[in-house]
Amino acid sequence: MKSIFKASLAALATATMLSGPVSADGHAALSGDLKIFLDTSNPAPRATMEDMIARFNELHPDLNIETNVIDREAYKTQIRNFLTANAPDVATWYAANRMRPYVEAGLFEDVSDLYEDPEIAEGLASTKGALTIDGKQWGVAYTYYQWGVYYREDIFNELGLTEPATWEEEKANCQAILDSGRKCYTIGTKFLWTAGGWFDYLNLRTNGFDFHMQLAAGEIPWTDDRVKQTFANWRELIDMGAFIDNHASYSWQEALPFMVNGEAAAYLMGNFAVAPLRDAGLTDDQLDFYQFPVINPDVALAEDAPTDTFHIPAQAQNKDAARAFLKFVASADNQTLINNGDNLGQLPVNAASSVDDDEFLNQGFEMLSTNSTGGVAQFFDRDFPAEMAKAGMEGFQEFMVKPDQLDKILDRLERVRERVY
Amino acid sequence: MADAALPLAQGAQPPRGWWKRNQQTLAPWLFLAPGAAFFLLYVIFPIFQSFQVSFYEWDGLGEAEYVGLRNYDELWYDDAFYTSLKNNVIWLVLYLAAIPAGLFIALFLNQKVFAIRLYKSLFFFPFVISQVVVALVFSWFYDPTFGLFNEFIGLFGLGPIAVLGDERYVTVGIIMAGLWPQTAYCMILYLTGLNAVDPEQIEAGRLDGAKGWRMLWYVVLPQLKPATFIAFVVTIIGALRSFDLISVMTNGGPFGESRVLAFYMFEVALSEYGFRMGYGAAIAVILFMIMMIYIAFFLWKMYRDEREG
Repeated sequence: MKSIFKASLAALATATMLSGPVSADGHAALSGDLKIFLDTSNPAPRATMEDMIARFNELHPDLNIETNVIDREAYKTQIRNFLTANAPDVATWYAANRMRPYVEAGLFEDVSDLYEDPEIAEGLASTKGALTIDGKQWGVAYTYYQWGVYYREDIFNELGLTEPATWEEEKANCQAILDSGRKCYTIGTKFLWTAGGWFDYLNLRTNGFDFHMQLAAGEIPWTDDRVKQTFANWRELIDMGAFIDNHASYSWQEALPFMVNGEAAAYLMGNFAVAPLRDAGLTDDQLDFYQFPVINPDVALAEDAPTDTFHIPAQAQNKDAARAFLKFVASADNQTLINNGDNLGQLPVNAASSVDDDEFLNQGFEMLSTNSTGGVAQFFDRDFPAEMAKAGMEGFQEFMVKPDQLDKILDRLERVRERVY
Repeated sequence: MADAALPLAQGAQPPRGWWKRNQQTLAPWLFLAPGAAFFLLYVIFPIFQSFQVSFYEWDGLGEAEYVGLRNYDELWYDDAFYTSLKNNVIWLVLYLAAIPAGLFIALFLNQKVFAIRLYKSLFFFPFVISQVVVALVFSWFYDPTFGLFNEFIGLFGLGPIAVLGDERYVTVGIIMAGLWPQTAYCMILYLTGLNAVDPEQIEAGRLDGAKGWRMLWYVVLPQLKPATFIAFVVTIIGALRSFDLISVMTNGGPFGESRVLAFYMFEVALSEYGFRMGYGAAIAVILFMIMMIYIAFFLWKMYRDEREG
């Protein structure tokens, strides 16, 4: 299978080399059409993107830009079609393994040349790894965000609790919360990926970043004792009754009211959960954030920080303009602007940008830049190959409901691993 | 082009023969041609294509690799496949409850009282609204914390049940949601059927002393046979394409326990994490075989009825 991919990749590389010189002669001013496909369908990110594209168009007035915003979920299946037929010039997607199928099928353009520009090379150093496959870069990041535990500060104060730093403190806190008639964590596992977040953190804290990545690469069996230790730690929380009941019935949004109503004290989530929690009426006095506590003191702390990206499809018509657009997106000033609290409310990818003054962004930025020495993972369904991720997250959901089934679940995951890699 | 067409048109003029002679036999085929062509292109051809794809390992993007029967071999050992198959059977059996339920509502509504049309349209209402809306309404109805269903069973002291989060109840829960519109559909079929019931036969039956169940079974039901047949067909088809309800209500969960074959196929081949066209095609082939049993049965029955008629 691999060799066939390689062969087709090589064929495609020759094809692009042949077409290269033809498009390379009109360097000076950008003109023609630039077709951009976006998956930022929520109102706020959509406005941000449209504004950003308008600013790019002001710099290149001869360029006729056509923007197409597609529903975020629908985009995930449509990308397969539009990359193979009628490709746009620029498209959004996700980093790491999530882009691998398209890279291996030769559908994304190699943009390593952008990273030769010192401004980009230094600015985007932190996300370069996530966009590298086979030693080449296949796109640029435009935003990323931290994961961690968002909690109700007022409930913690009421019970006299402090942010836990170790697993023992975490469990002690949780017991106190349970004793007060609340649940420790809200979660909605209907769409599975939320359980992937819990696995990521428990495994990163139990076995460390390198082990986690080896597992993602299929080098370690799921039946390994170290993996079982991760689940044993998870089980401690499940047996305490730490998670809300019936979480398999809820999406992540449907699990928010438990925290808003004070029936659950905390939520392991990405920073995008802050906006709906604030909209639901929680103030910054009631809401706070802490880094997932240490479980095994011998492993360095590592975090999940999913990165959203822009790519140039291999079949794009106007690659010069697309490259200029990617450069513009990643530039320090633009990064500062689009990631501020009025826009995406996330972290800029360019090291020369500044982070907006927001309680959660500041904490997240500090955590990722100073206290994540083990490494930065993308997220379970972006680090693991699609098939493994799907089977894995389904197993996690089952484990959270029926922890006694663990051995059966791990055997099943092991069978999937043997087939996938 | 124009030069070539000219002599041909002149030459075709004098012998006003072939087209005129065969017009009667050709016309129906010409009218059928567009429909038949699209049916071939979009139904028959993809069926054979599915058979072909099921022998390959293909992610939809790269090269397809011929693997022979490996996809089927894997299906044989796939727990998720058996879960889906089992759920399909449950769907087929329980969904048939829509037929008697529709019949009794139709009998109940087949009377002349004030504003009966309003009642009829209220009963028919669930069939008019989209399946997605039905699914949403029922997922709120079943919600373990806020839902009406748990309020209701709470009256009898029964604990909250997360119908859609519990692998024991989830399939039945979704089928119940599906029965709501399906019953309405069967009801409307029977209501029209009841209009055609011969009053003289009812009268004759009554003179012979038939009433209640015996009247229904021996006099009314045989006359409703065409309606029953159609109700049976649409219900079976409805059960086999039970995709939208599952997708909206549970997305196949919890841990894949509410999947049916159609949903599993979608998940494996076309969903967010699905990249296995060959495996999906293999599931589609199995589903097609199951449907063929029904299709063959109906074709045979229709053929038999035609000959009798």
